[in-house]
Amino acid sequence: MAKIHVSTTVNGEPHEFLCDAEQSMLDVLRGPLGLTGSKEGCGSGDCGACTITVNDRIVCSCLMLAAEAEGQKLGTIEGMAGEELHPLQTKFLEMAALQCGICTPGVLMAAKSLLERNPNPTEHEVRFWLAGNLCRCTGYDKIVRAVMETAADMRGAAR
Amino acid sequence: MTDIQYLAPKTLDEAVRAFAATAGKGRILAGGTDLLIQMRAGILNPGVIVDIKKIPEMTAIEETKDGGFRIGAAVSGAVLREHPKLKKVWPGVVEATNLIGSTQIQGRASAGGNLCNGSPAGDSVPAMVAAGAVVTIQGPKGKRELPVEKVPKGPGRLNLEPGEIVVAFTLPARPKGSGDAYLRMIPRTEMDIAVVGCGVSLTLDKGTVTAARVSLGAVAPTVLLVEDAAKALIGSKLDDAALAKAAAACSAACRPIDDKRGTIAYRTQVAGVLLKRTAAIAAQRAGGK
Ligand SMILES: Cc1cc2nc3c(=O)[nH]c(=O)nc-3n(C[C@H](O)[C@H](O)[C@H](O)COP(=O)(O)OP(=O)(O)OC[C@H]3O[C@@H](n4cnc5c(N)ncnc54)[C@H](O)[C@@H]3O)c2cc1C
Ligand code: FES
Ligand code: FES
Repeated sequence: MAKIHVSTTVNGEPHEFLCDAEQSMLDVLRGPLGLTGSKEGCGSGDCGACTITVNDRIVCSCLMLAAEAEGQKLGTIEGMAGEELHPLQTKFLEMAALQCGICTPGVLMAAKSLLERNPNPTEHEVRFWLAGNLCRCTGYDKIVRAVMETAADMRGAAR
Repeated sequence: MTDIQYLAPKTLDEAVRAFAATAGKGRILAGGTDLLIQMRAGILNPGVIVDIKKIPEMTAIEETKDGGFRIGAAVSGAVLREHPKLKKVWPGVVEATNLIGSTQIQGRASAGGNLCNGSPAGDSVPAMVAAGAVVTIQGPKGKRELPVEKVPKGPGRLNLEPGEIVVAFTLPARPKGSGDAYLRMIPRTEMDIAVVGCGVSLTLDKGTVTAARVSLGAVAPTVLLVEDAAKALIGSKLDDAALAKAAAACSAACRPIDDKRGTIAYRTQVAGVLLKRTAAIAAQRAGGK
């Protein structure tokens, strides 16, 4: 069977690739596109390490076919920092909200999408929004606090 | 190497034709949160994948002329949740669909996929059943409609003919004083499969129930519409006696399995307890007590 040709946008840049029908988006990101920031923790939608955005909504890239990316707008962790780190990235470093770092790209993608929708989340809202991001190192507390503090900083900066 | 074909038709007619042409070897792809896992586990090995998300009516929510809603089968939970009006009119349907998986899963998982996966524990299904949703189905022989509770046949089995695709759910218009709710019992608070799920939809007039629908998930080979429980509620003011009778009807309807999540005795009892709790929320939303 011939490979499928896909044209898509990743972090604002046009990309083209060839894939097999059953190949996951995560596979293509990490392989042909060389974007290895998204991680594969489980391959079954449970851990969130593979979190990317599709048209500004977070999804598990391990549960998306690469062929589905045709004409869509994807965002990965590689697109998060501009000239400077995103405030969430800075805060995660400052507050040591990561240890091994495997979960971190996914957590950051999910947290960023939360703050875009809800600049003033409660701790409860943060914990539920991030329930699909498993971390076996930090015990979550530092992650949640870093997200809350970033939200507070960003609200302050926006004032 | 692969011999799988991926198709993304832009119209329903095209999708029906492509799906029928696979002669049973094809699979519909909505959010893929069940399908991709089953393919990877080797449970399913479709020759053709027909992605229905490029078909506008599959991903749209519309208000119907009579004040109801038509929800495309592939609408994701995240889109459902953001609809400004739907969650006010049918909060139970929205909350049930939003219980499916994490935020990431919500970005893709659909009520159509939840129904067509055929799990008796699918969370959106009891809420749709309680709401009285009607499913529009299209296949090689044309279009037909089916009440949502008639779609599942058994675990993983549906009353769909070969080549048929679920197109949309239609929720009826809501009389004044109506409310719905869905609750599930799970060992965790997120990311788990229902041990029991219960959907209730009520219409109240001065505190008296004038219409009711009750459904249960995860306690039988398919989601159940529990008519005896609804009968026990209709005409009552949701007093303790009526609730006890409805709870008993729920327990009596259970034909559950014993597994690591819950024993038969546990599921049977919890079905009654959940009925009472779910009815209380539905009644509050209906503007009753
Ligand atoms: C981490 C995780 C957590 C989960 N948690 C829950 C949970 O809490 N509660 C719950 O109920 N489920 C849960 N699920 C299961 C799954 O997410 C849901 O069943 C979801 O609603 C499936 O929708 P989908 O659009 O992804 O379906 P898909 O995977 O695209 O499709 C599912 C099946 O239905 C068929 N199909 C899909 N749409 C149609 C259609 N329109 N017409 C005909 N056939 C169709 C497909 O061919 C496939 O066989 C979870 C899954 C994961 C990975
Ligand atoms: S790798 Fe995708 S959710 Fe774990
Ligand atoms: S930092 Fe190691 S998994 Fe989260």
